[in-house]
Amino acid sequence: MKYSDLIDTALKGHGADYCEVRIEETDNSRLTYRGKSLENIAQTSGLGGNVRAVSNGGWGFASFNNLDELKAKVADAVAQAKAVGGSKTELAEVEPHVDVVPAHIVHDPKEISLEEKKRIMDHYNDLVWSVDGINSADIIYGDTSRKTFFGSSEGSYIEQEQVHVVARISAQARKGGDVQQAGFSLGSQGDFDLIRDLDDKVIDAAKRAVALLDAKSLESGERTVILDPVLAGVFVHEAFGHLSESDNVYENEKLKEIMYLGRKFGGKHLNFTDGAAIPELRGSYKYDDEGTPATRTPLVREGELVGRLHSRETAAKLGESPTGNARAIGYNFPPIVRMTNTIIEQGEATLADLLEGVDDGVYVRNWYGGMTQHEMFTFSSGEAYMIRNGEIQEAVRPVMLTGNLFETLKNLDGVGNDLDMNQGGGCGKGGQSPLPVSNGSPHIRIQNCLISGA
Amino acid sequence: MSESLLNAAASKFDEAEVYRIEMESHPVSFEANRLKEIMRRDTSGVALRVIDNGRIGFTSTTDASRESELVERAAALAPFGSEAAFVFPGPSEYPTVDIVDPAVTQVAQQAMIDTGQGLIERLLDEWPDLLCDARIGWSTGRGRLMNSAGIDAGYEQTSYYCSLGAQLIRGTDMLNVWAGFGSSHLFGEDELDRLLQTVRRSLRWSKETAQATASTGELPVILTPPGVGATLLHPLMSGFNGKNVANGSSPLGDRWGEKIVDERISIYDDPLINGASGSRPFDDEGVASRRHALIDKGVAGGPLLDLQTAGQLSKTSTGAAGRGLATTPSPGTSVIDIAAGDVNFDDMIAGIKEGLVVEELLGAGQGNELGGDFRANVSLGYKIENGEIVGRVKDTMISGNVYKVLSQVEQVSDSADWVFGSMRSPAIQCLGIEVAAKED
Repeated sequence: MKYSDLIDTALKGHGADYCEVRIEETDNSRLTYRGKSLENIAQTSGLGGNVRAVSNGGWGFASFNNLDELKAKVADAVAQAKAVGGSKTELAEVEPHVDVVPAHIVHDPKEISLEEKKRIMDHYNDLVWSVDGINSADIIYGDTSRKTFFGSSEGSYIEQEQVHVVARISAQARKGGDVQQAGFSLGSQGDFDLIRDLDDKVIDAAKRAVALLDAKSLESGERTVILDPVLAGVFVHEAFGHLSESDNVYENEKLKEIMYLGRKFGGKHLNFTDGAAIPELRGSYKYDDEGTPATRTPLVREGELVGRLHSRETAAKLGESPTGNARAIGYNFPPIVRMTNTIIEQGEATLADLLEGVDDGVYVRNWYGGMTQHEMFTFSSGEAYMIRNGEIQEAVRPVMLTGNLFETLKNLDGVGNDLDMNQGGGCGKGGQSPLPVSNGSPHIRIQNCLISGA
Repeated sequence: MSESLLNAAASKFDEAEVYRIEMESHPVSFEANRLKEIMRRDTSGVALRVIDNGRIGFTSTTDASRESELVERAAALAPFGSEAAFVFPGPSEYPTVDIVDPAVTQVAQQAMIDTGQGLIERLLDEWPDLLCDARIGWSTGRGRLMNSAGIDAGYEQTSYYCSLGAQLIRGTDMLNVWAGFGSSHLFGEDELDRLLQTVRRSLRWSKETAQATASTGELPVILTPPGVGATLLHPLMSGFNGKNVANGSSPLGDRWGEKIVDERISIYDDPLINGASGSRPFDDEGVASRRHALIDKGVAGGPLLDLQTAGQLSKTSTGAAGRGLATTPSPGTSVIDIAAGDVNFDDMIAGIKEGLVVEELLGAGQGNELGGDFRANVSLGYKIENGEIVGRVKDTMISGNVYKVLSQVEQVSDSADWVFGSMRSPAIQCLGIEVAAKED
């Protein structure tokens, strides 16, 4: 246990209500392509750490790259916490754990030479360019290994390693000033093979980009939309997930009145869950960055709000159980309440059932991005197709969807039976981005959704 | 350390460059009207970039004990690296720009706490139901750049900043407003008052909720200075980014020197403005800073270039290289300066029968920015009826194309305001923005 003694010694006699040290070692490889050729290849490594202390409800935080004089850094963080002070420290009880958690590895990217990684991505770059009408390829491959060493004044000492592989392949086509793009994102914990055998997907994306130049834009307005599992996963993340993060709620009386447990959001077909304890996904782990064991948290059951995501502080202040959702993107940030793997549980409808009776709707697939601000959210599709007479028809240009959580969940009237996970995304909050998360859903249908097609 | 690393690399490769940074920052944060957290962040690290047989190798570390690995790592990377279209530049004269204020590093923790408390108390006096967040902080950083062509240069930069946010909830209606400012110089009451005024104005204008329009369509839109930043800046700058120009994605690729937008629009990238966040004597590759005309009276100036993109386009770098520790340099903006016009902002509003004011957007950047398109949810915007603001709009999206919109400018306000200390812009009234709203 590499830093166990170092952390132990530094924390002795810290003088705060609670204090913790997190040290982190990282190794990253990254390849990017832009235009016709390789733009960048880089290998970077990092070492850093932080001390976090709480005293009378006030927090102090000190981060650094140099691990010397750790004891002085503990003293700094404790002094800062004391300068904040002013209330009462409340942290939910979590049993201290001593554990070493190895990375979840299927095919270790570290065992693949850089030469081979480049050869595979070169091949995809060539494939994009093999399609007529392509103007640029945008390709990113990255793998990271992050080892954290966490010790607390309550006696926890936890070493964890995570290995992530991500790739995004995007093709651009241009006609005059009109630039269109299409692509896809992938991600995994510990499985390099994820990026193999993508030829068909790559060519399909390149062809879609070219075809979009001739596709029509939809007129903006309200329509019935059917979301594929990937985009529906982004929807539950953006529209609902962020509001279930308790750091938004715990000191906000008005928001507590709105987001009370038991509130009805929609019909019995609405069942949402988040949890890092769901194994082998991008947002999976054994302990969060406060040393709390991961759980699986039901958020909505049969349309009713039944749970939310917590750090130790928000759990204590709301009188609920900690859920293991305090996460930091790196050593230079304190952990905050984040999602992990967020899911709309599947229902019984087939895609054909959802399509039935839709005469002027839009089928949206794949994601481009999304943002949320409390009850307001927007997210963008990577693909869009008209629905007429209950059938998916011609492609139109991708659309942006926007709405208000409360209304949109009431209008969510169909949940499919084909749950699928999207592992290619990352989440941003409080300047910490992109945090590995996954989200998933079956196909879903929303009535009267405001879309912008231009 | 930098010298020995450079020497080791220069003896092994055709060319080498060492970039080292050291920073410390001291923010204090208020949440839900109360002081919540005091932080101190120290950051240090080193990056090595080499050119060998015409290819680039790049690596970095924040682990001082692994610096000795960097030369080996670069050697492993360079054979596969991208082709270098440049050579490292030699020493040159750098302009002076004032980006250090010794008073910044002397600011006491208690003074920052008092500043935050004061701002929040003044807002709560008027709106007792608000929940306010604030962040006040200072930082100081030192960068040093050395290369095998003889550059050994560095500079220090200080930074002081303050941001203030306020949330008001009525039923399920949530309003979030914020304002912020940063400078390399310490600032005081005048700037803090300006932040408060911005937040107060947003709260006042949001008292009522208004329907954006009875039917979906085009309305005259006033983009406030933050609105210009949120709506137009990114899609516009993607056209000027040297990378997009070099790979043929920019719609401006063959239009330099041509009139692309209304002649009342002039936009500069100016890293030589004293005190601005983003100002610097030279860029992150050691190329001297200069004021660069992006658009001069409606005419496209030139792209923002770093060494690589300049080489690819057979031009010279414009000193636009920016980098983080773990990323290779790439071209970008420093300080954006948009010329003011001749109309008073209040008169602008008074002159509109039916229109929209856009201040902040949610979800911008998801559309086809490369083509100049923008679309987003209006997270903070107001409806104008008969020359007056009648309330905040909700469930409203705007979309358009930055080149088309800036060709349909109606008026430009007579004062340019700082937005977060790295952009100065007037309010711009234009046509050509499509508005879509959910009907009540």
